[in-house]
Amino acid sequence: MIESIGIKYIWLVPLAPLLAFILITFLFKRFKLLSALTAIFSMVVSLILTLDILRVILTGHEITMNTPVEMAVPWLNMNGLYIEMGALIDPLTAGMLFVVTFISLLIMIYSVGYMHGDPGFSRFFSYLALFVFSMLGLVIANNYFQMFVFWELVGLSSYLLIGFYFYKDSAAQANKKAFITNRVADFGFMIGVIILFLYFGTFNFLELAEGISASSDLAFLTLAGILVFIGPIGKSGQFPLHVWLPDAMEGPTPVSALIHAATMVAAGVFLLARGFILFVSAPATITFIAYLGGFTAFFAATIAITQRDFKRILAFSTLSQLGYMVMAIGLGSLTAGMFHLTTHAFFKALMFLCAGSVIHALHKQDIFEMGGVFKKMKITGTTMIIGGLAIAGIPPFAGFWSKDEILLVAKTNGFTLLYVLASVTAFLTAFYMFRLIFLAFFGEKRSDYHAHESPLTMTIPLMILAVFSIFGGLIGAPFVEHGFSSYVYFGEAHHPQPDYMVMGSSTLIAAAGIFLAWLVYIKKAISAEKIANQFAPLYKFLYNKWYIDEIYQWFFNKVVLSISALLNWCDRNIVDGIAHGIAWVIRTTGAKGRYIHTGSLQTYGLVIFAAVVVIVLFLAGPVVGGVQ
Amino acid sequence: MSFPILSSILLAPVLGILLILFIPQKEDKLIKIVAAIATGLTVLLSLIIYANYDQSIGGLQFVENIPWIDDLGVTYGLGVDGISLPLVLLTALVIFTGVFASWGLEKRVKEFFIFLLALVAGVFGVFLTTDLFFFYLFFEIAVIPMYILIGVWGSTNKEYSAMKLTIYLLVGSAFALIAVIAVYLYTGLGTFDIQTLTQQTYDIGFQKFAFFLLMIGFGFLVPMWPFHTWSPDGHVAAPTAVSMLHAGVLMKLGGYGLIRAGIFIFPEGARFWAPVIGILCIVNVVYGAMVAMSQKDLKFVIGYSSVSHMGYVLLGVASLNTLSISGAVAQMFAHGIMTALFFALVGNVYNKAHTRMIADFGGLAHQMPRIAAGFVIAGLASLGLPGLVNFVAEFAIFVGSFRVYPVLTILAISGIVITAVYVLRVVQNVFFGPRNPKWDELEDVRGIELVPIVILCGVLLFLGFFPSFLMELINNGVDPFVQQYLTTPKVGGMF
Repeated sequence: MIESIGIKYIWLVPLAPLLAFILITFLFKRFKLLSALTAIFSMVVSLILTLDILRVILTGHEITMNTPVEMAVPWLNMNGLYIEMGALIDPLTAGMLFVVTFISLLIMIYSVGYMHGDPGFSRFFSYLALFVFSMLGLVIANNYFQMFVFWELVGLSSYLLIGFYFYKDSAAQANKKAFITNRVADFGFMIGVIILFLYFGTFNFLELAEGISASSDLAFLTLAGILVFIGPIGKSGQFPLHVWLPDAMEGPTPVSALIHAATMVAAGVFLLARGFILFVSAPATITFIAYLGGFTAFFAATIAITQRDFKRILAFSTLSQLGYMVMAIGLGSLTAGMFHLTTHAFFKALMFLCAGSVIHALHKQDIFEMGGVFKKMKITGTTMIIGGLAIAGIPPFAGFWSKDEILLVAKTNGFTLLYVLASVTAFLTAFYMFRLIFLAFFGEKRSDYHAHESPLTMTIPLMILAVFSIFGGLIGAPFVEHGFSSYVYFGEAHHPQPDYMVMGSSTLIAAAGIFLAWLVYIKKAISAEKIANQFAPLYKFLYNKWYIDEIYQWFFNKVVLSISALLNWCDRNIVDGIAHGIAWVIRTTGAKGRYIHTGSLQTYGLVIFAAVVVIVLFLAGPVVGGVQ
Repeated sequence: MSFPILSSILLAPVLGILLILFIPQKEDKLIKIVAAIATGLTVLLSLIIYANYDQSIGGLQFVENIPWIDDLGVTYGLGVDGISLPLVLLTALVIFTGVFASWGLEKRVKEFFIFLLALVAGVFGVFLTTDLFFFYLFFEIAVIPMYILIGVWGSTNKEYSAMKLTIYLLVGSAFALIAVIAVYLYTGLGTFDIQTLTQQTYDIGFQKFAFFLLMIGFGFLVPMWPFHTWSPDGHVAAPTAVSMLHAGVLMKLGGYGLIRAGIFIFPEGARFWAPVIGILCIVNVVYGAMVAMSQKDLKFVIGYSSVSHMGYVLLGVASLNTLSISGAVAQMFAHGIMTALFFALVGNVYNKAHTRMIADFGGLAHQMPRIAAGFVIAGLASLGLPGLVNFVAEFAIFVGSFRVYPVLTILAISGIVITAVYVLRVVQNVFFGPRNPKWDELEDVRGIELVPIVILCGVLLFLGFFPSFLMELINNGVDPFVQQYLTTPKVGGMF
């Protein structure tokens, strides 16, 4: 047995925030600071335990992807259904635990400043703690059932937090949309989990892995893989179930950073990594995943270049980056997908927190109403630029290394179309991100606002995340031995070789994107309005997000609600109508012979009984005769 | 003979009635306290039974047998096993909380509680008895007070709904009665004892005949489509506590009867008719949920959602295996608690706002945050969120049914999406959104009004996190029957 407090008390990692949630909800609600401190303290506990697990993995080399540690307790034992709750500890779990606990801690600290003065301050921290509990339960899950349970619970916390400002109609609309969209996805996920269980007789990841690798039933594996993948399509906002994520920006900004950028939306990618063998054993599934991810990356980026809302641009950027991760998994590289997930968590959380800092100061979200913010908010501005460089993929920032690895995998595995698509997306990414930065932070002030730098509780998390956004990618850089790829992999560790062609071209593409943004929005050598007018139909198409929301809205209002109204009418007029018709016949017959109706309940009872006896004698006569 | 604890459960409400008879009408506080104590006693007794029920032995326990009508072979027989015990517990919890939900009642308090307790005594009897004759008798005891309670204390179209409900239930029970008499005559053993009847073998033709009658008869109670229209009307018209009992417990008599008297006595008949139930239950699930989406009155939404959720119970029954039937019993328990919670909450809103129209509300979470929280919890239970016991029950049904009717089960699972749509729309339209000053004078629940909400939410959450306390007991009750009588799992054919 490996000596480690972190492994021994791993159940405390999710339970500490759960305890915090319970304490805040039932006891500390009135005491704002105490609520925040409880949540933060629970996060510190989880983080310390996580760090200990990481230490064991990094120093001991005993726990690898192929030799994980597993522990479990029975949760439900019925004839035909055995369910456990447990923990599966391997480098994948440990890495994800670190991302979740570390970023959650920073965001809770940030929120003390951001949510200051909000009447729902304690409620906010209780929901955050509930979220972290659910997310950590999902990360350590050792079986699909547990994964599904916590998958739904993160959905619940997301619902509660998107609707945190429940008094805003838009927020009440957005959280419903998020939940229902995810429900549609979970419908597929749940069926997938059930058929896996019925086929292999277990939910357990390790036992399933054995069963799947021994199975040659390709049709079944393909079906199960696609069904389970529908879950991540919803949670990780892949086309066509991405519609909820941009609207989820109605939640408080720290929530957008934590849940709708860094961690929860990445749960879909994590599931793909955790259940990797299921997807990779069916070529059709894995190819579908790759192309859907690649398309989502491109699709979301095209929308991002036209949007005006600071947070919505970031939301579409998140969709696009999730597309990269999903594509990486689909290309067969668990390592590249998880690596990008990790670096993205840092720089996207950073950018959302910067957005929060700006919105907190300006009370505006439209980047066209900003301009020149950098002069007033030096720390926020600088860290935002670092985030921008990281996501654009400029070396040596974090995003460069992870995005490069994905491009490399696409190239070496021979997916030329996806390689091209991903490169085009990289160009769009650099462009829309610096469009945002130039418009918001530079140039002249375009509306009347009063800006000031945010307090230290907000800027310190920014600075920490900025450091990780600069150097975080080095853990997986190709020239680092024993880097990310030698811990998190599938099957055999595969150390990426530096490909200077890919590196060079991707850097050039990113630089070109930034340069174009500079030409348009700083130098104003090219007029954006002119281009928009010239290609008006295309611009409108992109600005309206390919009209996907409108299609769904139409489908719901015209089709679903009409069917519902029709069935309601049938129920009242046909189903009930027949019953009333029968009643009418009886009543009319009764009117003719009403003299036998005394109006007393006893008489009716007697008649019913007599009728019953007659019917019985009639029906059972032959049978009874036979017995005697 | 040891202490007759099951008879005590039955007698607690009767004792309550006797005491209330001697309390003057104007002492309504005292009447309510007596009712609370009498029903609290049933909760306590059922918990004691739960704690002392020996799962390692299983089967019927705490049995009491007193010959009643010797000539007919009628025995006053009581006993509980893993199937009936959860439903006894459910009844006790719902009536206990129902009394608190009626705390604000002012009209004819004395009569109300007398009839309420009579109703619940009948319901307890149905779940406790081991004799088909008493099963039928207790059921009829429950129906009549229901009629009066809705007719006198109800709202919205109450005479029509009360009459409709009574007629439907009596017609349903008439079908069941024919089956009961038929089986009595067929065996010629001169007994109504369910266990004895279960051990007999019946020829296939008779099984088909008898099960058909039970399917229709209990189908009226469940209610199975197209015999369901009495139930939303009845829910809406009934006063709060009666809605809670009605949707929470009374509908479960149908499912319970179908399992206990239907598939265990006539397994071959059940196998013959199961696909019919399988198809009708999908209509229940999907149609019920779709119709719920169009409702404008809060109680109608819950009424149709009950139709939809009872479809899952029928699916579990139709699949005829341990897991699915256990899931069905668990779903009856879970749905009972959840829907009682819904009605308690809506009753509270209605008492204060004097309307239940969804369009009248909006932003109610500002004035009534506790009601809103309770409603969200009930809603999440309704849409099958993990962490609440309904999810575990539904999941067991799905897993159990999938291998029998894969296509039907997938359709049933689609119900969780539709449910999410209508539940969240209601939550949004009633509780979220800007503050509506029109409702500023509404007070949130507090004090004694909180009792039902806290208890029912607590049960949903506790068993959601620790489902083995419920599920393994039920599994223990269902499994021996299935092993003995229903050994062939495949019944669905192409569905």
